[in-house]
Amino acid sequence: MTADTSTIDSVHSAEFEHSDPLTNQAFGFWIYLMTDLVLFAAIFATFAVVGRNYAGGPTGKELFDLGYLFVETMVLLFSSATCGLAALALHNDRKAFVLMGLVLTFLLGFGFIGMEIYEFYHLVLDGNGPQRSAFLSAFFTLVGTHGSHVACGLIWIAVMVGQVAAKGLTASVRSRLMRLSMFWHFLDIVWIGVYTIVYLMGVI
Amino acid sequence: MNQVYIDNSGASRGSLKSYVVGFILSIVLTVIPFALVMSGAFSRSAVMFGIFGAAIVQILVHLHYFLHLDTSSAMRWNVMALVFALLVIILFVGGTLWIMYHLHYRMMI
Amino acid sequence: MFGKLSLAAIPFENPIIMGAVGGSILLAVVILALITYYRKWTYLWKEWLTSLDHKKIGIMYIVLALVMLLRGFSDAVLMRSQQALAAGVSQGFLPPGHFDQIFSAHGTIMIVFMAMPFLAGLINIVVPQQIGARDVAFPFLNAVSLWLTAAGALLVMVSLGVGEFSKAGWSGYAPLVERQYSPGTGVDYWMWAFQIAGIGSLMTSINFLVTILRMRAPGMTLMRMPMFVWTAFFTSVLMAFAFPVLTVALALLTLDRYLGMHFFSNALGGEIMMYINLFWIWGHPEVYIVILPAFGVFSEVVATFCGKRLFGYRSMVYATATIMVLSFSVWVHHFFTMGAGPDVNIFFGITTMLIAIPTGVKIFNWLFTMYRGRIRFTTPMYWTLGFIATFAVGGMAGVLLSLPPADYVLHNSLFLIAHFHTMLIPGSVFGFFAGYYYWFPKAIGFPLNEKLGKWAFWAWLIGFDLSFVPLYVLGLMGMPRRMEHYANPAWQPYLIIAAGGVAVILIGILLQLVQLAVSIKQRHATCDLTGDPWNGRTLEWATASPPAVYNFSQTPVVHDIDAFMDMKEKGIAYRQPGQYHDIHLPKNTAKGLINGALVFVFGFAMVWYIWWLAILSAVGILFTVIARASDDDTDYVVPAAEVERIESRRYRQLTTAAGSRPAGGQTTLQPSPAV
Repeated sequence: MTADTSTIDSVHSAEFEHSDPLTNQAFGFWIYLMTDLVLFAAIFATFAVVGRNYAGGPTGKELFDLGYLFVETMVLLFSSATCGLAALALHNDRKAFVLMGLVLTFLLGFGFIGMEIYEFYHLVLDGNGPQRSAFLSAFFTLVGTHGSHVACGLIWIAVMVGQVAAKGLTASVRSRLMRLSMFWHFLDIVWIGVYTIVYLMGVI
Repeated sequence: MNQVYIDNSGASRGSLKSYVVGFILSIVLTVIPFALVMSGAFSRSAVMFGIFGAAIVQILVHLHYFLHLDTSSAMRWNVMALVFALLVIILFVGGTLWIMYHLHYRMMI
Repeated sequence: MFGKLSLAAIPFENPIIMGAVGGSILLAVVILALITYYRKWTYLWKEWLTSLDHKKIGIMYIVLALVMLLRGFSDAVLMRSQQALAAGVSQGFLPPGHFDQIFSAHGTIMIVFMAMPFLAGLINIVVPQQIGARDVAFPFLNAVSLWLTAAGALLVMVSLGVGEFSKAGWSGYAPLVERQYSPGTGVDYWMWAFQIAGIGSLMTSINFLVTILRMRAPGMTLMRMPMFVWTAFFTSVLMAFAFPVLTVALALLTLDRYLGMHFFSNALGGEIMMYINLFWIWGHPEVYIVILPAFGVFSEVVATFCGKRLFGYRSMVYATATIMVLSFSVWVHHFFTMGAGPDVNIFFGITTMLIAIPTGVKIFNWLFTMYRGRIRFTTPMYWTLGFIATFAVGGMAGVLLSLPPADYVLHNSLFLIAHFHTMLIPGSVFGFFAGYYYWFPKAIGFPLNEKLGKWAFWAWLIGFDLSFVPLYVLGLMGMPRRMEHYANPAWQPYLIIAAGGVAVILIGILLQLVQLAVSIKQRHATCDLTGDPWNGRTLEWATASPPAVYNFSQTPVVHDIDAFMDMKEKGIAYRQPGQYHDIHLPKNTAKGLINGALVFVFGFAMVWYIWWLAILSAVGILFTVIARASDDDTDYVVPAAEVERIESRRYRQLTTAAGSRPAGGQTTLQPSPAV
């Protein structure tokens, strides 16, 4: 009669890695980011197919202001940096610095969105809205989808500021912050694709 | 104790140094493509090569320095998921470009 | 105030629709009245609608699937009847606009609202138990997915009585679906229902992937997982990576229709063919999404009812993995005739032919499992055998179609329709039915009546053959699909036979409904006391029928493939643990249901251009999500004493069952070491 081998008494046995919900959340979120990558890829593919269909309307070369774009890109990159600083503060349990990092990230992200809305607004005002041509439809959609994701990120940051302030750095708050920072960095990666393929290639 | 959670939660171990390095590299890798295009001094193919190269390297920089992706066992499934996503993307984006080019040529629309 | 909505939206002048709507409303009222009469509202709310238990969610998915099966089948009855009548001079009873809505609804419902929920339901109920887990990785997300799917289904159902449905087919090709050519609400209903359900499926796939990769019991390496778990895994990978492309295709169409953009329009640079390209990049993996879980069911059923381990486990895994990868490389075969030319077409023709090979490997493995097994001809086994015989033939039709020159003749003919229905019905539907019969006792606590089950099977099989074999012939004779009326009288006899076939399937469905009623009536006599009515091989049979809310009081340790049979053979299957522990489970919440309701309202508002309502419901959705994210009190504890009480009662039942072995019958009791 041997020891009972069919069950385990301790769920936290050292022999195996019990999946904890917080690790599952991070991994699940990573998979969501992969699906989002596929989503963006499909929109990029669409841009690649119709992105030169100007329908007699303006081309990218005529519309894009690369200096403006560079500033926009830097704003977003800086927001990635402040997000990283917030993550570092989180590791070091510095609640005040986490809040500061989040607020700075929010402001920079808000700045990015503001610049984008300004650009869109003027395009539409000049009659170069998304209805003008397939190129412009694809431009507005690709850049706009990225912008919508950033906007959702801003809402998320705002909620997290509230949660950190109210509850402090609990385990679930930390887990959410790590997912938020994954999201934010992911969006900066997508932006690299956007400015390269849409703007820079559109101007060459 | 909290470190364990963070370490297991996928996006782990960032040091100030790694964020700074990643940040600086990113700035450099952004300036390069913009400079290439805005200067107008290079051939089209050189510029294309430059901006795509810079983009790919910067993406890798972000993946490593900001998203902490590496070859450790904790990250293994994350890397596999990314690789598979890239495989699917290459298949359908590449396929789309090939198919739509042929359709465009043959169907004249 | 109400956008485009007015009373004029209700098709009062159409008797068929009014009859269907009236009947549906009457049925709904009867059901609500019965619930009220038996005072079951609290029970329904607490035990089902707000539950985050994967087993309950799975059952609700299957209920949704079966209801939508009836609706999609009614569409089929109408189509077959129309086509049997409308030859030459006769116009049948369905005008073209109506017929178009019917075939569009039929396809959309069967794929999106019958097959997808059915597989999501089966995987939900079974996979956590098969891997020794207590729930899926994200129980709240699970509920959200369910109610999103229900919201989409409700949109399709509502379109019958308020407005119209799409006339552009389930695949909705551009430019017909653009606002210029389909200005009504039809395409909008289709688009929003499809998009909403798609997002639900995407969430489900993430849930299942994390569950399978991270929540397996100790000792259950990947190569010791049950085959159904493997197919659930591959299905989830396909769902995760294919659905975003559908989301984009539908989103771009939405932008075209609502904001006048030019992705798929005729003018101003739109690229019509890009829609078709994007749609089928999703569409092909989708058909593998609906078939792989069925294949998984067949693997489980064959192993259990042949009394032996599945033949060629490793090769099954690799074959299914190959199918998964290849399914992303064949999509052009859905539009060989669109004009990409021989280079493109032959590449995709070859990949399409290749994908038949791993499928063949699987079929041989099932056959070799049966060879020298001790086969028990139960209802699930019948469905499996019916599948193997019929699916292989339909698959061969597929290989024929994979040749571009042949496809040029047969594309969009009834040959194609017969081919894919042979894949979907003997493939997916028979598989899901086999799963339904196989796991019903586990999920509900008593089995389904065997005799009625077998009669239903024969009706389905014979009905299917009568319905679709004539369609193969008609396709070769040149009859196109989706014809509301036709001039060639030579086609009519075949269509009459096909209509007869649908009538036989109807008998099968009626038998299944009767079976449900009879089985419920007989439940006290037939109830499954052991949790293992089939002498099963995998871990779900180790739990009670139905399982305790936590599935396993102790996480089992796995040593081999067919973990439960392994335990039974070693005599350690029903050991009571030395000590019980508190178990943490997710609390009920109404937020999943509320979210689904808000999404339905949002979809409806967008269809009818009621902008204020759309904005309001969108804000409501956001608030629901934030409320859930801010809630720290989402778990409850089942105390160890309660666990012990539940488990002791189970062991008493097991002892009773072992002591009183019934003569023959459906239940094979194995409370002590397996024979």
